[in-house]
Amino acid sequence: MPEKTTIVVQSGDMDKLYSALIIANGALAMGMEVSLYFTFWGLERLKKGGLDKGPLSKMHLLGLGKWMVKQRMAKAKVASLERLLADYKELGGKILACEMTMDIMGIRREDLREDLIDDYGAVGSYIAEARQSAVTLFI
Amino acid sequence: MAEIKVDVRGETCPVPLVETRKALRRAAPGDVIEIVGTHPASKKEIPMAAEALRLELLSVEGEDTAWVIRIRR
Repeated sequence: MPEKTTIVVQSGDMDKLYSALIIANGALAMGMEVSLYFTFWGLERLKKGGLDKGPLSKMHLLGLGKWMVKQRMAKAKVASLERLLADYKELGGKILACEMTMDIMGIRREDLREDLIDDYGAVGSYIAEARQSAVTLFI
Repeated sequence: MAEIKVDVRGETCPVPLVETRKALRRAAPGDVIEIVGTHPASKKEIPMAAEALRLELLSVEGEDTAWVIRIRR
């Protein structure tokens, strides 16, 4: 059985979503299985049209900082979040949505990009996978 | 047996690794995948991925900023 990586995506910040998706894609590329658990502000990014809407975790500066970082990322030819997510799914990565977050924030399944989500669950699903994972992160 | 080319020149982390993996998934056992790239870290990391996937690394040639890697699926 391949080794597993399990990541909780709690932050909705753009830079942290990059970290989560880059690590997840790297793990898949190196032959691991990967599950991403989207919860709290992270789950906001799975709303329709929401992937790119997060602020920078530092120096957001009312959007100016984010704009500058995006310019620099484009210059460095960094892949978009949308592309990283499409690659993640193509390489067989799993996405789980936290149901409690959906209750708290009033998010309905139809508000989310349901085509990307493999399952809806709670902490038990995360622990069941995390305890068998070689790598587990909270981002 | 086919030879599959992957051109990731100008691409940065994690694209060279991801495109290599995508090509390997599409390839048949015995096929050779040739990756051409310019991202320095990937020159080290694609061979690490080949090892993790237990695939045969045929060659790594060129400089850190212009390299060719060949892997047999």
